[in-house]
Amino acid sequence: MTALLEVSNLARTYDVRRGRWPFAKPATLHAVDGVSFALPAGRTLGLVGESGCGKTTTAKLVLGLVPLSAGEVRVGGETLPAANSPGWRALRRRMQMVYQDPLGALDRRLSVGRQVMEPLEIHGLGSAAERHEKALAMLDAVGLAQHHFDRFPHELSGGQRQRIVLARALILDPQLLVCDEPISALDVSIQAQVVNLLLALQQRLGLAYLFISHDLRMVRQVSHEVAVMYLGRIVEQGDPDRLFAAPAHPYTQALVSAIPTHTRSRKRRIVLPGEPPNPVDRPAGCAFHPRCPHAVERCRIETPALRTLADGRRAACHLAEQIA
Amino acid sequence: MRALHGIDLEVRRGEALGLVGESGCGKSVTWLAALGLLGGRARVGGEVLLEGRNLAGAPVAELEHVRGRRIAMIFQDPSSSLNPVHRIGRQLGEALRLHRGLDGAAVDAESQRLLDRVGIADARRRLGDYPHELSGGMNQRVMIAMALAGQPDLLIADEPTTALDATIQAQILELLAEIRQETHMAMVLISHDLGVVAENTDRVCVMYAGRIVEDAPIDTVFEAPAHPYTRGLLAALPELEGPRRVLMPIAGVVPEPANLPPGCSFAPRCDRRIEACEFAPPPATELAPQHRVACIRA
Repeated sequence: MTALLEVSNLARTYDVRRGRWPFAKPATLHAVDGVSFALPAGRTLGLVGESGCGKTTTAKLVLGLVPLSAGEVRVGGETLPAANSPGWRALRRRMQMVYQDPLGALDRRLSVGRQVMEPLEIHGLGSAAERHEKALAMLDAVGLAQHHFDRFPHELSGGQRQRIVLARALILDPQLLVCDEPISALDVSIQAQVVNLLLALQQRLGLAYLFISHDLRMVRQVSHEVAVMYLGRIVEQGDPDRLFAAPAHPYTQALVSAIPTHTRSRKRRIVLPGEPPNPVDRPAGCAFHPRCPHAVERCRIETPALRTLADGRRAACHLAEQIA
Repeated sequence: MRALHGIDLEVRRGEALGLVGESGCGKSVTWLAALGLLGGRARVGGEVLLEGRNLAGAPVAELEHVRGRRIAMIFQDPSSSLNPVHRIGRQLGEALRLHRGLDGAAVDAESQRLLDRVGIADARRRLGDYPHELSGGMNQRVMIAMALAGQPDLLIADEPTTALDATIQAQILELLAEIRQETHMAMVLISHDLGVVAENTDRVCVMYAGRIVEDAPIDTVFEAPAHPYTRGLLAALPELEGPRRVLMPIAGVVPEPANLPPGCSFAPRCDRRIEACEFAPPPATELAPQHRVACIRA
């Protein structure tokens, strides 16, 4: 069976200048550098990592919102056509995006109902009455009432706004939702409401999610598989329960140990030295080596590839066997 | 509009107190009110006692002696708390001149020592940098250095790591813990993240809609939470280990401050609500020593 979404060797580079001056040396920024994964229909892939690691760029590449520098995106076995071509437009109906800030994603001047119906109008689907009816059904599906149809975004709470964004994304019956930090802007008690809604919708509609978040606990809650990114590359990938319980890559180990929790069985916290380097000055060899407590000479020279270890875990680390 | 409805809390010398709650519950306003930072249009009632002296309504000169020197504050977004057009060294030096009366070479020496203390490498050169030349984590270190400039007895840290990445958050929290161990400075850690509070404080106050609903030692809150809101918050959090369970969200939304229910503010969302909850806000009662709860069903 082909996966719904297949991504191979995805890369995106930007030409930038090093430093502030107009005559500064040009340089290349590798935002995403050789990312591959497959997402079957009805499943969730969680993408985690810190700011600037390329999570959001990966999401935009997948949808064709940012042109590829290299690599390929296949949806249902077919290569994603160039952005804004008729083929791309048709395919985009099946792939929708949900952003972090619902108020920013909504038009403040349009009523809730108008915004939820808008994708149908853009794609020229259905009569006015059918659109209206479908919008009401969508509001119901995301747990909003009929009277919300005539309200405006500012009259609703953050959780309700994110529900509207979901209703609007779902009205075209997509197969894939790319969710970029969909709950980060919400309060704890509301996050659980939205996550439960996402899980229920997946069950009912068979949606696949590319779920991007820096919140490892939420990612574990929703994902069937997790990929950890560092400086534009996937450094570890696998089953969420296993990956978070026994991370193989030193970066994942530090990331997991850095999550404050009241339920942790007291383990030693790994505090990494320094900060993620600027992607323009990507360290040679393994990009993580300057912060890695285990780094050896080989890590400074040779870039490790993502590989499967003897115990089935997948990590991009020369020393994964020794440091487990 | 009333943001706070009678906050009673106490911070002991050297203690780390956590203040948790969702956005708009009054976590930050409590401390801005206590330090007289809310501006002329805010009306603040009650008492703020610092070692027995009342700060509420105190003359500005007296407050200025307290702010920065006795009680310092750091905020969520360090880059907007720093002045973008002045070098780090000048901003740090200003705090040292103001709070410690240093000048000349003593300012430079102490600035370098402070930057060094908060873990900024090459402190001498960094003093000449502007805030935009530093990362968010570095800027928060600078803010902490400025807070330490006055050698305060109490640090109010208002969501100090919310804008930072996980590995940087761990660095900053470890730095704060180290400094507290050295200086015995008390800390109020305001956060929406129960995990952050659990690992970094001794006692926690849970706030909801402008009131403290539960005040207890950290272990009690997580092992035997008494207020339905505290329990709800814990049930809504996924875990990083063990079997996955269905999250139990708290139904409904936080009431608007201008439109609070007449009784317990949490009653409309509470699964243990009885009729009596809807008449008057429940008083805080002592459930056990050091464990206070504002709930008639606790």
